[in-house]
Amino acid sequence: MDLASAKMIGAGFAVIALAGVGVGIGTIFGSLVSSVARNPAARDRVFGLAILGFALTEAVALYALVIAFIILFV
Amino acid sequence: MAAEGSSSIDALGQFQLHPALGAIGRSVNFTQSNLMMVVACALVLGLLWIGMRPRAMVPGRLQAAAELGYETIMSMCVEQIGPEGRKFFPMVFTLFFFILFGNLLGVFPYFFTFTSHIMVTLGLSLLVFVLVTVVAIREHGWHFFSYFLPQGIPVALAPLLVVIEVISYLSRIISLSVRLFANMMAGHVMLEVFGAFIVMLGGLGLLGYIPAALSLGLNTILIGFELLVAVLQAYVFAVLTCIYLHDAVHLH
Repeated sequence: MDLASAKMIGAGFAVIALAGVGVGIGTIFGSLVSSVARNPAARDRVFGLAILGFALTEAVALYALVIAFIILFV
Repeated sequence: MAAEGSSSIDALGQFQLHPALGAIGRSVNFTQSNLMMVVACALVLGLLWIGMRPRAMVPGRLQAAAELGYETIMSMCVEQIGPEGRKFFPMVFTLFFFILFGNLLGVFPYFFTFTSHIMVTLGLSLLVFVLVTVVAIREHGWHFFSYFLPQGIPVALAPLLVVIEVISYLSRIISLSVRLFANMMAGHVMLEVFGAFIVMLGGLGLLGYIPAALSLGLNTILIGFELLVAVLQAYVFAVLTCIYLHDAVHLH
């Protein structure tokens, strides 16, 4: 196996982390839907929190993506 | 730029720095990134200055935008930090608008996203980190170091927990900067990759036109997503700054 193909495989492995992020984002928005369904009046407050949680979770995906990019391009 | 006709995509080439403004820029190392920072500052100042000049009771469009920004950040400061938050409002406002305009400028063609460089975001997050630490030490003196020892834990666990708390405190610098940088960089790399797909597939002839059109559509959607991410990341940076300042002012 030469270096170039090993790099490609490594980058593929690096983005396995996205599975966890998918679970996380799904959990966040699932909880958002159920909490808004229980108490629609709390929508504005809860939505801000959900967006914050989404951004923090998505950042984890991007850490993995950056590592994949570093493996591929640097 | 995508290499036309070749099979490799140079996705990171777009982040290369070049001297701007001709010979003067070359002699003082004034790059297009610095130029964009100046443009962003000028736009923010222009929005606030021109927007607030009429001082109308019923605001026009620009005045409404300026007031909306002011009120959003002010309520964020007061909600997250508490009544002391008004003190920190100018800094959070400046950070938010600098990052917001930096992110948004990058969506326009031929413009450069200065927040896509880790050096820029690291500078911003170091600024926040140093400010938070200085505020905490000024407010609480030596008592600040009790922040690293959570209350009500067994003494045997203390050495371990202090180390963990110190590491998590220090890793704020990295998480704050890498979050913004990675979001902006990943978005632009994605645009570049799909843009290169259009060129490559279009070169294949009739067979390639349909997937090329699909990636063109995807790129359009991605631009919209980039707009969302640009605003969201500026907001998240400001909110996290407020949360860290809350910790500094109140210690837990």
